[in-house]
Amino acid sequence: MIKLGAVYLLAGLVFAAFSILSATDRNNPKRFGNAAFWGLVALSFLAGDHLGDLGNGILVLGLALIAGFGWLGRGQPATTSPEERRALAERFGEKLFIPALTLPVVVIFGVLVLKPIVIGGQPLLDPKQVTLLSLALAAIVAVAVGLVLLRQPLISPLQEGRRLMDTVGWAALLPQMLAALGAVFALAGVGQVIGDLVTAWIPMDARLAAVAVYCLGMAGFTVIMGNAFAAFPVLTAGVGLPILIRQFGGDPAVVCAIGMLSGFCGTLMTPLAANFNLVPPALLELPDRYAVIKAQIPTALPLLIANLVLMYVFAF
Amino acid sequence: MWTLLGVAVVVAGFALRFNPLLVVAAAALVTGAAAGLGPVEVLEAFGKAFNENRYVSAALLVLPVVGVVERAGLQERARTLIARFRGVSVGPFLIGYLGFRQITSALGLTSIAGQAQSIRPIVAPMAEGAVEARHGELSAETRQAVRAQAAATDNIGLFFGEDIFIAIGSILLMVGFLNANGVAMDPIHLSIWAIPTAIVAFLIHGLRLWLFDRKLRREAGR
Repeated sequence: MIKLGAVYLLAGLVFAAFSILSATDRNNPKRFGNAAFWGLVALSFLAGDHLGDLGNGILVLGLALIAGFGWLGRGQPATTSPEERRALAERFGEKLFIPALTLPVVVIFGVLVLKPIVIGGQPLLDPKQVTLLSLALAAIVAVAVGLVLLRQPLISPLQEGRRLMDTVGWAALLPQMLAALGAVFALAGVGQVIGDLVTAWIPMDARLAAVAVYCLGMAGFTVIMGNAFAAFPVLTAGVGLPILIRQFGGDPAVVCAIGMLSGFCGTLMTPLAANFNLVPPALLELPDRYAVIKAQIPTALPLLIANLVLMYVFAF
Repeated sequence: MWTLLGVAVVVAGFALRFNPLLVVAAAALVTGAAAGLGPVEVLEAFGKAFNENRYVSAALLVLPVVGVVERAGLQERARTLIARFRGVSVGPFLIGYLGFRQITSALGLTSIAGQAQSIRPIVAPMAEGAVEARHGELSAETRQAVRAQAAATDNIGLFFGEDIFIAIGSILLMVGFLNANGVAMDPIHLSIWAIPTAIVAFLIHGLRLWLFDRKLRREAGR
């Protein structure tokens, strides 16, 4: 059975290559900072399970310090100029879309075709990780298709990957760091404290007030925790289940589904949901770190109100 | 109450725009200390959680192929391709993408598109190309606004589509939570009740994209 370990091995090797190529990039004045940063990421992927908890903790601290002291620069691997790209675009035409479209095609192939395959009583792919395994496979196939079809140099996936990786910079590691922070929050019982505060201080005698507290609470709590999954158990145990469902007799399916989606409105508005809100501005080279959040808030707020109304109308 | 100190660190750190990795590390240390853990224990808990969440970063594996096709001119191609269809304006284009993302996510195909593999190489350049074809060279602000809208559209399409698919993580979490509290729940009911919000999300964001398009036109007409 192919497990997540295979994806980690691949990621580790790719980041190790980024690290080595960074170290040799004389156009980047901070090249050793980049080499150290991507090197630590490679170490985490390749040997994270053997470093021990403290070792991993020190590794994370190292990443935070490199980023915090501004030791990360931007590598400048040799690439094609804008003029060359326009000429290549002319020459290759629609063929250029094929490698990019290979990604979704292979992901679908993995989920639909590879997932059910069983060899010797064992599934070929770890059933819990099919999507990520398919995505890694898709990344390999798409690189091969790109190299052959577009006749690009063999080193280009690593050099171009490093160029994009440096464009994203430290933001690339933020989603994982925040997931780890969520675990520390859970350990310290942060969610419980906030949940208790909400239920202890806000009167919920009226049905509308209770619906409002639950929906707005899911959104607000998600903004603070960066993740609707962290907010859901706390607020549903504190408000949704005892008050909306048991006291007012709300339909649990409506209450929970729309409660979760109210949390998603919060996800659109928080920098703590880094992979959705902070990585894209880095990828798109936007100078304002919060540009995507600002574009989402005017949709998120009316949608949150709409959720409140939908729950009030349909749950009872 | 002291346990909330870490939350305060996060809010202050992000508001003052300190490096977020440092802010997060500091918040973890403060939270652990407030909960009575020693520095080594906190570091261990943080390191363990970081290691267990490596899958979050594994999606970065799509960057090499994105880089290769960019090197060969994909962004430029995407831009000129959309410009050939003069009738396609940025509003309807992004509304179409929003619908596509919601429907495919509702079918469980959340990973077939995304910020790195579709927005940067294809969707954002096409959105820019659609505006350029009508209004000529874009100002830096307009270009950034178009890109931010493209990224926002992907997130909104994903969030308010995926919850309709019965085997997605959030639905499984809800079913698990309800079962643990003595409420039996068939996941299909949770997915059905995600549909009204999905429709409203499409209408609200679609309206905003249409207004965005109209604003760009007015600015160009001036």
